[in-house]
Amino acid sequence: MTKADYYCSVKLSRCRCCQSKFFNESIRMLRQPLTRALALKSPTRAAPLAARCQATQIQPQPDKVEVFIDDKPVYVLPGTTILQATAQAGVEIPRFCYHERLAVAGNCRMCLVEVEKSPKPAAACAMPVMKGMRVKTNSDLTRKAREGVMEFLLVNHPLDCPICDQGGECDLQDQSMAFGSDKSRFTDIHFSGKRAVEDKDVGPLIKTIMTRCIHCTRCIRFASEVAGVDDFGTTGRGTDMQVGTYVEKMFLSELSGNIIDLCPVGALTSKPYSFAARPWETRRIDSVDVLDPLGSNIVVTTRTNEVLRILPRTNEEINEEWLSDKSRFACDGLKRQRLVTPMLTDSRGNLTPVEWEDAIVAAARALRDCPPEKLLVVAGDMADAESLMALKDLANKLGSENVCTEQYFPLEGAGIDLRSSYLLNTKIANVEDADFVLLIGTNVRFEAPLLNARIRKAYVHKETDIALIGPQVDLTYDYLHVGESASIVKDLATGTSSHEVMKRLQQAKRPIVILGADQLKTPEGSALLAYTQELALKVQEKLADKEWKVLNVLQRTASQVAALDIGYKPGVGKLLQSGPKVVYLLGADNGVVSRDQLPKDAVVIYQGHHGDNGAAIADIVLPGAAYTEKRATYVNAEGRAQQTLVAVTPPGKAREDWKIIRALSEVVGERLPYDNLDEIRDRLSQVSPALVNYGNVQDNNYFAQARALAQSLQKPISGKMDVQLKQLEDYFMTDSISRASPTMAKCVQAVLKQKQSSY
Amino acid sequence: MAGALARVIQGTKSHLGLVGPLVNISNVPVRFQQTQAPTKSKYGPLADCDRVFTNLYGRHEWRLKGALSRGDWYMTKEIILKGSDWIVNELKTSGLRGRGGAGFPTGMKWSFMQKPSDGRPKYLVVNADEGEPGTCKDREIMRHDPHKLIEGCLIAGSAMGAQAAYIYIRGEFYNEASNLQVAIAEAYQAGLIGKNACGSGYDFDVFVHRGAGAYICGEETALIESIEGKQGKPRLKPPFPADIGLFGCPTTVNNVETIAVSPTICRRGGKWFASFGRTRNSGTKLFNISGHVNTPCTVEEEMSIPLKELIERHAGGVIGGWDNLLAVIPGGSSTPLIPKDVCSTAIMDFDGLVAAQTSLGTAAVIVMDRSTDIVKAIARLIMFYKHESCGQCTPCREGVSWMNKIMYRFVDGNASPKEIDMLWEISKQIEGHTICALGDGAAWPVQGLIRHFRPELERRMAEYAACNGPSKAERLY
Repeated sequence: MTKADYYCSVKLSRCRCCQSKFFNESIRMLRQPLTRALALKSPTRAAPLAARCQATQIQPQPDKVEVFIDDKPVYVLPGTTILQATAQAGVEIPRFCYHERLAVAGNCRMCLVEVEKSPKPAAACAMPVMKGMRVKTNSDLTRKAREGVMEFLLVNHPLDCPICDQGGECDLQDQSMAFGSDKSRFTDIHFSGKRAVEDKDVGPLIKTIMTRCIHCTRCIRFASEVAGVDDFGTTGRGTDMQVGTYVEKMFLSELSGNIIDLCPVGALTSKPYSFAARPWETRRIDSVDVLDPLGSNIVVTTRTNEVLRILPRTNEEINEEWLSDKSRFACDGLKRQRLVTPMLTDSRGNLTPVEWEDAIVAAARALRDCPPEKLLVVAGDMADAESLMALKDLANKLGSENVCTEQYFPLEGAGIDLRSSYLLNTKIANVEDADFVLLIGTNVRFEAPLLNARIRKAYVHKETDIALIGPQVDLTYDYLHVGESASIVKDLATGTSSHEVMKRLQQAKRPIVILGADQLKTPEGSALLAYTQELALKVQEKLADKEWKVLNVLQRTASQVAALDIGYKPGVGKLLQSGPKVVYLLGADNGVVSRDQLPKDAVVIYQGHHGDNGAAIADIVLPGAAYTEKRATYVNAEGRAQQTLVAVTPPGKAREDWKIIRALSEVVGERLPYDNLDEIRDRLSQVSPALVNYGNVQDNNYFAQARALAQSLQKPISGKMDVQLKQLEDYFMTDSISRASPTMAKCVQAVLKQKQSSY
Repeated sequence: MAGALARVIQGTKSHLGLVGPLVNISNVPVRFQQTQAPTKSKYGPLADCDRVFTNLYGRHEWRLKGALSRGDWYMTKEIILKGSDWIVNELKTSGLRGRGGAGFPTGMKWSFMQKPSDGRPKYLVVNADEGEPGTCKDREIMRHDPHKLIEGCLIAGSAMGAQAAYIYIRGEFYNEASNLQVAIAEAYQAGLIGKNACGSGYDFDVFVHRGAGAYICGEETALIESIEGKQGKPRLKPPFPADIGLFGCPTTVNNVETIAVSPTICRRGGKWFASFGRTRNSGTKLFNISGHVNTPCTVEEEMSIPLKELIERHAGGVIGGWDNLLAVIPGGSSTPLIPKDVCSTAIMDFDGLVAAQTSLGTAAVIVMDRSTDIVKAIARLIMFYKHESCGQCTPCREGVSWMNKIMYRFVDGNASPKEIDMLWEISKQIEGHTICALGDGAAWPVQGLIRHFRPELERRMAEYAACNGPSKAERLY
């Protein structure tokens, strides 16, 4: 009995992870560095996403054992499975149920391989290697076993490949070509036929064709391990076994779309994408998601200049290989409510389509006529770094310093001068190494679903405990609810509280504190930030691991970090009260600026891609490009710069955002000094090299300085914390793209309907 | 006539039952003097004094008082105090092999649990989920001799340092479970188990867990899952239960009979037990004889008794005489059948039946005479396995239901003779490729049928083709 086994057993008894027999192996598996495909191939600036800088601490390596894969010696760590060992030897073993990020189920039996001196073939995915083991991956016995399993899988699998959405990217199809028999001997097709299973309704995102199911249970394991929603399972026995929700129920998870990718056959397919395209007809463009602050890596699938679907792209640092539902399914919002032509208000106050020239001239005139202090620039959720840069430069050239973002962040103390004050300093990938997580005023589950998945991963696999200060929400794991009052943070920071959380924070070797940026909007925000910084630093100073960062601020939007890096002022508050004459909204759709706050004669210029709140109050509309339509830089909540690529061209007369601003500057008479993407990125790098250091995160270490500057801000606080996104139905429609998405609207409806159900 | 004969034999047996316990105790030293020479060539019948289960037929009191009078709980404390090594050694000497079907040496199995403790508790799990069609031995123990099982739990538990025993009893065994529960309550009250069990200073609890009637829960890891409250689906091995078993702790799963004979082995010595049967197949065993025999019965016999003698002596012979015999399934439904000519020479022990291309299994002898529709009989068994497959792994889930479809066509002959080889291959594709042994158990009966009754299958197909024209199955060939 090894220590690891014991650890495993304790885990079993705690029942956090239902299939944890091999999870210590699987953890080891997850820990292994995965060489990531170099994804972004930019000819000029964009460095490809660099391979992960290795973890800082080097653990002593246990002795490796020698095993032979097809007589080739391989050295692997003890406890490695045969399948991993063969992967090291460069031999791929077919599999259906095995997935490296899920617990081992070992039930498809496709990975059977012959092991010398063993009478029966062994399941490679589950069998740990022994010293001197000789595995034969291409022997007669192995091939016969695979062929047999393949035959059985196909016995009850419908022959509907021509109408199956999985066609062309189906594991069963591919592997039956590679490992199956060349002909069928299923004579019973003439007698009793094949099994048919009733389809399940699991919501508006996932289409189920359960007859195709091969019972690999990947979806079940994903739901219970990663998504933390134990709605999936099997019912019935033997050939009557069915995968499904036990009662007909929507799969109430913000990560539900991932089971579509996990399903090796066409049993679970994307409902919005159904019958839309074949994989060989589409183009796939690597890009980055901007609907949440994490900047998940995505692949945009297009055909005939239309975004068909969005899939996750593996990035171990950020999203592993998952994607949240909004990021995945809101892409149909890119085709609706789009601003396709420049518009000006006519004499009756209605927006009327005009030519670019007219719009630019009108906008330039408004800008020129505006006194510099009366110009207000507001950047929204999805503004890219280039356009943020260009717009700020333009405003500055016009003499205005009033450039701000919709999201607020306290400027008192260190404010935004120190990057570490507004970033996820621990970094997303390191969150799973944390042993204690304190969440303050954030519902991570909906604000950054994949960060929550990481926390859950730590919770499931590492016994990490979580505490929450703020409203009680369902985070998919158990946590200690400390309370809702902000004063708890103060008490913890000043040491006046002897709450258990404090003890846990002090005992933890790698604690992290995550503060939701939304809490900083209130007048007490600066004090809350100061106390959080104080608390985090107090804990961090005592850690043995000097590299470990405790303080994290979770921003809400994809643009905020870049905007703050560039020098935007967070929040419009005071600037709005000064009665601006021209308001330039760069994709600002959150309704922070509304018409009744502005003087009657104020001119609102809206530049963006959706006809949403911003365009509704605009006098001049300049149609911009959405994130799938431009090559642009976004900086995620960790401070990692990444770029999107052009998947489709902007619709109608819409143009890339920074180019609109560049054109406008020409007409205004304050020509911006960059003519192409390289030049504007040079400008970005002047402002902050981090903005163009694609794929990498810089370490930020000015916690002590931030604390020193914030000392005076530690005032009593008493407010109750609240979060904007409490329930699943709040999650789906949060920005101009998802608000325009019919799929997201259906999700909200479906969730609300499900909530009325007794299940 | 046959009936009268049966009555005579039964009468004798009940008589034996009465005198059994007395002989049992007083004759111990005598037995040791009588130790056979190594070249023992005749096995069975078992002498009354050598029976372990002396209340197999429920002629006596099953409660504690009756059990004590039959010698149960005698010197249990002393046995425990002799220590775990002694008990395991005695079991190893006895050559006892697991009575649940696989026949794994029990002493060795227990010794796996003797590794130094890492702080986790250890558990003994008793598999009383007797679901194998044809088998009815454990229920007799539990309803008529429950104290043997409980005492066995204590001794086995102490040998492996277990904290508690979980007896997973088949849901259908309502009366058995209630007898067992009463017996456990009695044992607790008498201080035989619980805190300071039998005054040995050893704390040991026994729990009864009732199943819900799934055959697969008789598989040890599925049984563990079921006790844990999950769906009864076998786990992947390794890790074996001795490493990670019930609630993640080291666990040994033993059959009821294995556990129930262990106290007697400890009392009378491993050598005594080893004196029965051939080497590597030693001991006495409960045989269940059912089917076309005059007096179906459960009887304790010496291992290695010839099949013919077993049937004729205890079951009153095959209905219509030995020549009316068609085939025998010698070890419960999952073992391949053997035809009459093999039956005449078959030896009822592990090695003897392996030599006959079958297996001892649970020693549930199902006798089928010439009136049997042998194809239909096997088809019915496959239907059972199809129904009881947990559905977790592919070969069993898909393969067994496919075999079932083919088998029922074979019953009518609505098939192509070429499909016989195909069926054979399918059964081979299932065997050894599954997570647990249910797949093997479903494949073997088919293999036995094809091995011995291929002409019968072909005859039916020819007959069908003659009446109805070629089967649709021919189309694919």
